[in-house]
Amino acid sequence: MTAMWTLTRYIFSDIIRNKVIVLYAGFQLLAALLLFNLEENPDKALLSLLNIELIVIPLISMIFSTIHYYNSYEFIEMLLAQPLGRRQVFLSEFLACALSLVLAFVVGLGIPVLVHFQDLLAFNFLLTGTLLTFACTAIAFCAAVLARDKARGIGIVLLLWFYFALVYDGIVLMILFTFSDYPLERLTLLLTALNPIDLTRVSMMLRMDVSALMGYTGALFKEFFGSYRGILYTGGILLLWTILPLIMSLRIFRNKDL
Amino acid sequence: MTARGFWVLAMLAMAFPLSAVQYIVGGVQGHATIAEALHLASAGDTVMVMGGTYREGNLLIDKPLTFIGVGRPLLDGENVHDILTLSGRNIIVMGFRLENSGISAMNDLAAIKCIDITGVHIEDNQIARSHFAIHLANASDIVVRNNSIEGVPRSEHNTGNGIHLWKCKSALIEENDISGHRDGIYFEFVSDSRIRCNTSRGNLRYGLHFMFSNDDRYEGNRFIENGAGVAVMYSRKVTMEQNEFLHNWGNAAYGLLLKDITDSYIGQNYFVHNTVGIFMEGSSRMQILWNSFSKNGWAMRIQASCNDNRISLNNFSGNTFDIATNGTLVLNDFDRNYWDKYDGYDRTRDGMGDVPYRPVSMYSMVVERNPFTLILLRSILISFLDKAEKAIPSITPELLIDRRPLMKPVRV
Repeated sequence: MTAMWTLTRYIFSDIIRNKVIVLYAGFQLLAALLLFNLEENPDKALLSLLNIELIVIPLISMIFSTIHYYNSYEFIEMLLAQPLGRRQVFLSEFLACALSLVLAFVVGLGIPVLVHFQDLLAFNFLLTGTLLTFACTAIAFCAAVLARDKARGIGIVLLLWFYFALVYDGIVLMILFTFSDYPLERLTLLLTALNPIDLTRVSMMLRMDVSALMGYTGALFKEFFGSYRGILYTGGILLLWTILPLIMSLRIFRNKDL
Repeated sequence: MTARGFWVLAMLAMAFPLSAVQYIVGGVQGHATIAEALHLASAGDTVMVMGGTYREGNLLIDKPLTFIGVGRPLLDGENVHDILTLSGRNIIVMGFRLENSGISAMNDLAAIKCIDITGVHIEDNQIARSHFAIHLANASDIVVRNNSIEGVPRSEHNTGNGIHLWKCKSALIEENDISGHRDGIYFEFVSDSRIRCNTSRGNLRYGLHFMFSNDDRYEGNRFIENGAGVAVMYSRKVTMEQNEFLHNWGNAAYGLLLKDITDSYIGQNYFVHNTVGIFMEGSSRMQILWNSFSKNGWAMRIQASCNDNRISLNNFSGNTFDIATNGTLVLNDFDRNYWDKYDGYDRTRDGMGDVPYRPVSMYSMVVERNPFTLILLRSILISFLDKAEKAIPSITPELLIDRRPLMKPVRV
């Protein structure tokens, strides 16, 4: 276990010196500062930041993690020649990658948001952003382990991002209209759980658009996600989105002919 | 007695023909019961009730009297009676605390009930746990001022209204504080009246309910956390000014519900944190000016059955949806409002955007058709669709458009 932590620390300190991570954090910080300074209403600024959280974080997390995995391929091979388990090596790679992305998120978006908001909304923003980064990194690692070829891996990851960020909502819209004659309360709740980006969005919007959601259908979502239990639920499902792809990729990685 | 002295006396007698008598109830040498004093008193007299608790069932005042509580005497209805019944003309009731009127599904039992009366003045009373608090029927020249009314919210059908007016004229309802009733203030067939500076909070149905009442005016009131805000129905020439509609949340909750209202004015009101700020149905020739809508779910929901309304110089900010409608027909005029979602420019520097603003988004039309799609709120896909729709409108009503959107909020 100590070997794994040492390894994680080493890889982590390597990654945070990477230009891309620094740029990523810088971009977020710049966007946050600009929005909070230009926009008179901090709520409106947060809304724009939410869009960054929902588009940019998954995209960068996924692509960066994939590229990082392929770039460390030889390093991983070298490590595996040492008396280290495959699980340990893989998990340290994952943890270091996810933690550095989270650090960039917290520095870039988290701190400016915390300066302007000190309530449940800010807490929810930070928590879901962090967990979303973890989930996206896990999904990216899974895709990277599946495909040996780098171009192919990045292609899969891009497609996945496109699916989660855009296509999925289209499918949901279609389902909701096709089955509009049926009671859809539970189905909509289930559908949001099947997409980490949607889950993040819904949990944030329940705090931002309270008035609209007090209407007929909204009340149900509000009841479900609105309380502290809702945060736990969102957090739990997002964690599952991290753990399940991770378990899957570990399985593949363990038996893989490297 | 000299002749001059006689004349002086005679003139004094003419100046005070029936010098008013004061009856005192309670205390050391007062009458034992209020009923006794009321019986003895004649028109123009004053009945003063000292502090204490009085359980005398239903008290009837049917002559012009001034009925005053000193040291806030408590009139207890013991959950059975109407406490005070007023009838006739020119009656003043001040300074009492009334509790526990009877509750009945058959009769409108009330703490203060006024029937067939001209000139009634009810001021500075506290009314608690009553069915109806102040109930006026067939009355005119009414002043209800500075009363504090607190009900016990049960269910809609066995809770009465706070201040209830039926078939009245020339009423002034002012600075009252009403909570926990079915409707805070209820107007039916009431004309030429004013409702000023009241606070109506936490009532089961409406903060103010207004039916078939023309030529009325309400201003400076606060309506907070009521079941469904304020409802104004089937009326003409109503002026609504400088009211605050706050936190009316729920499935059928509106800040202000307008149904079949014509020729009315809504100005300088604040709508904050309501599920729907203004809901309009079958209303026409309304002037809606200088209002502020912020942080509502829907700022305004205008059904296609409304026409000739002018919505101008209002501020819309931080609402999830600005305007929603249920059809493509638009016969209303939107002009020079401030919309915080507007992203056009002003090259002519006249304070008005050069590109028109369409306050109805495609998504709000989608939600109108299928409310479950609300789960996709703030989705990226939705914002793309909205942008596409803005460029080439197909679902949204083409005429619902503000051609001169303001660049800066209106200062109200």
